Amino acid sequence: MEGEGTATGRQRRATASQLDQWTVQDQVFKIYGAFASIPRSAQSVILELQRDKHVEYLTRGLQQLGPSFVVLDAKCVLLPSSFDLGFATGSCTQLLYLGNQLTMNWRIMPSTFLAVVRIQMVAMGVDQGRQVAETFALYWIGRRMVAVLWMHDAGEIDVRACYTAISVASILNILDDELAKGVGNYILSCQTYEGGIAGEPGSEAHGGYTFCGLAAMVLINQANSLDLASLIDWVAFRQGVECGFQGRTNKLVDGCYSFWQGGVFALLQRLPAFGGEGFGTSDVEVEWVSDSTSEGDDEDRDSSDDNEALHPEPDQEGHQSSSHSPESSTAVHIHHSRHNQLEPLFHTMALQQYIVLCSQEQEGGFRDKPGKARDYYHTCYCLSGLSVCQYSRSKNENSPPLPTSVLGPYSNLLEPIHPLYNVVSRQYHDAREFFSKY
Amino acid sequence: MNWEEDEEKLLPSQRPEWSDVSPLPQDDGPNPVVPIAYKPEFAETMDYFRAVYRADERSPRALQLTHQAILLNPGNYTVWHFRRLILETLSKDLQQELDYVSKIAEKNSKNYQIWHHRRWLAEKLGPDAAGRELKFTEKILSGDAKNYHAWSHRQWVLQSLGGWDDELEYCHQLLEEDIFNNSAWNQRYFIITKSPLLGGLQAMRESEVKYTVAAILANPENESPWRYLRGLYKDDPKSWIHDPQVSTLCLKVLTSSGTNHVFALSTVLDLLSHGLQPSRELREAVDTLNPNSSSTKDSLGNTICSVLEHADAMRVNYWRWRKSQLIV
Repeated sequence: MEGEGTATGRQRRATASQLDQWTVQDQVFKIYGAFASIPRSAQSVILELQRDKHVEYLTRGLQQLGPSFVVLDAKCVLLPSSFDLGFATGSCTQLLYLGNQLTMNWRIMPSTFLAVVRIQMVAMGVDQGRQVAETFALYWIGRRMVAVLWMHDAGEIDVRACYTAISVASILNILDDELAKGVGNYILSCQTYEGGIAGEPGSEAHGGYTFCGLAAMVLINQANSLDLASLIDWVAFRQGVECGFQGRTNKLVDGCYSFWQGGVFALLQRLPAFGGEGFGTSDVEVEWVSDSTSEGDDEDRDSSDDNEALHPEPDQEGHQSSSHSPESSTAVHIHHSRHNQLEPLFHTMALQQYIVLCSQEQEGGFRDKPGKARDYYHTCYCLSGLSVCQYSRSKNENSPPLPTSVLGPYSNLLEPIHPLYNVVSRQYHDAREFFSKY
Repeated sequence: MNWEEDEEKLLPSQRPEWSDVSPLPQDDGPNPVVPIAYKPEFAETMDYFRAVYRADERSPRALQLTHQAILLNPGNYTVWHFRRLILETLSKDLQQELDYVSKIAEKNSKNYQIWHHRRWLAEKLGPDAAGRELKFTEKILSGDAKNYHAWSHRQWVLQSLGGWDDELEYCHQLLEEDIFNNSAWNQRYFIITKSPLLGGLQAMRESEVKYTVAAILANPENESPWRYLRGLYKDDPKSWIHDPQVSTLCLKVLTSSGTNHVFALSTVLDLLSHGLQPSRELREAVDTLNPNSSSTKDSLGNTICSVLEHADAMRVNYWRWRKSQLIV
């Protein structure tokens, strides 16, 4: 919703969408404006990832959650997925007991189950041996759960369910044609006229479902059936003047979409159609898109641009309307390699700027947007999104990103995540290897 | 079930009718992960719920208990599921149950379980439930015009139970209130493609293009109608590139000053990639916007990408990629 519109447009009173958007924009631009006006030394401090504070916030939650968390009671297992990023704790999963509970609540939400698998993958990084018995519980439950899903309980199928079932099945090495049958067509039918993917056929294109849909299609090798051109176009336009991503057209920016939308680009980059090396089979080390000129490109830009704030120029009228006049360029210098098709298709530095300056809370945790409270869900997905940005130009998981890919000090660098599963890559590979034996 | 009776806050252990039941505590094992500090009231209610659930007791008291559990945590899908089993077994009045879930929904309009429960009920009640469900979603949308669950439910109702008659008009009203409401545009697309009362996309295209062009001209910075316009020609790019209304619209927008040109430029780029033969006026309009006059030898597509790299700087990487994808 940039710009002023035509003369006739301006005479109409502002709509609810416009008012909401301008309110958020004003808040965000205030933050960027304040940032731009402080000395560079102070800027460096503000751009720091408050690692210790985030760990503290998350650890407290791992130990105990207050009574208000009962609303997540049925999905209590979902929360640990927020914690496995960036650090793995010594907490272990009690899958036998969980399995017992799951047997009782046999119609578990797939998302819950996926989180179980994630805990498993985290815990495995700590102690593989102990997990054997629990693995069999998981396997049995997984097989049963997936079968239940495809027995189709009215109204419970949606793109999220497809993704969680397929991704769990793939980690557990029980993904086969029977399970994948029908999923591809269903997800295809959920791609909308806008290009993004909806939760159900006919619904609105939405970032969360777009990620789930694309990831599921990648997992069953049917990504090319989608209209990828229109999907990319839609998701590219979800990054707004605020620098972060919105979930749907004409809706508000939200830190969690840093992963849902940003992750789509990470997936796309790996597709052969876009010059990627693909995702390989389970036994092949996944290759990142090669950007062989990245080392040589430092000379293309001044290192002082690393922390250049992306600050849209204020317009002359200076109020509610977008501060970013349509034809002006933002005060930023973009690092680009000579091989354009290997570059990330979104503005990775801008997104990092939104995450670090607008979503990060100095006391620990991340939030949707300024004015909203922090929570574990946003902490998870802001960190995931940040990792995606940092590794968006990396040759492979083993070679660390260049400093020019990281906003703020290089110590902000996170572990790489596997974009298909949103778990720390290392743990994904361990788990995959483990389950491939069974 | 009388709502007023439910105001009683007596816990099961305090009620004589539960004296025969042994509550079943939650067992998370010796080292639970992210344990929640349940309040005693919550823990006790759920302990009794687990007992009746395990025993598969589908009685009036069990139904009442599911209500207590729902009040404490409307997100517990197991409780809702079991409630449905009880409703069936006891052959309860489902219209009354709709009253019940409507009350619960008042404070929980984004709760998947509640919407799923409604869907289940409506399906059982059949086409007679259509009117009520459309009214209910309308009420939710009047407070939150983009509520994803409400729109999904509304679409499901229309397709499963009917009620299409006033839907296009309803959509129009919402767009009059807020032309930027993308959910309403999406619904409009749903209607013109799916409604049995209309002729389908092709038949509706002419009038829809007019509607959309007017919306775009009023607010060229509004992304929704631009995407909608493109959608009107889904799977039929030939009609799209040959429809004079489309290129005329782009030209109009590109030649007005103080206007957001990004979507117009992007549309022309897409048209070109599908074979549009650009007019001289279109070429000139784009050249006028190009700050770098030395590249007039470039293809129009190239020029557009160059303009967008500056005019839409957030997507500079995307436009560079698009440029690399151009044929010639």
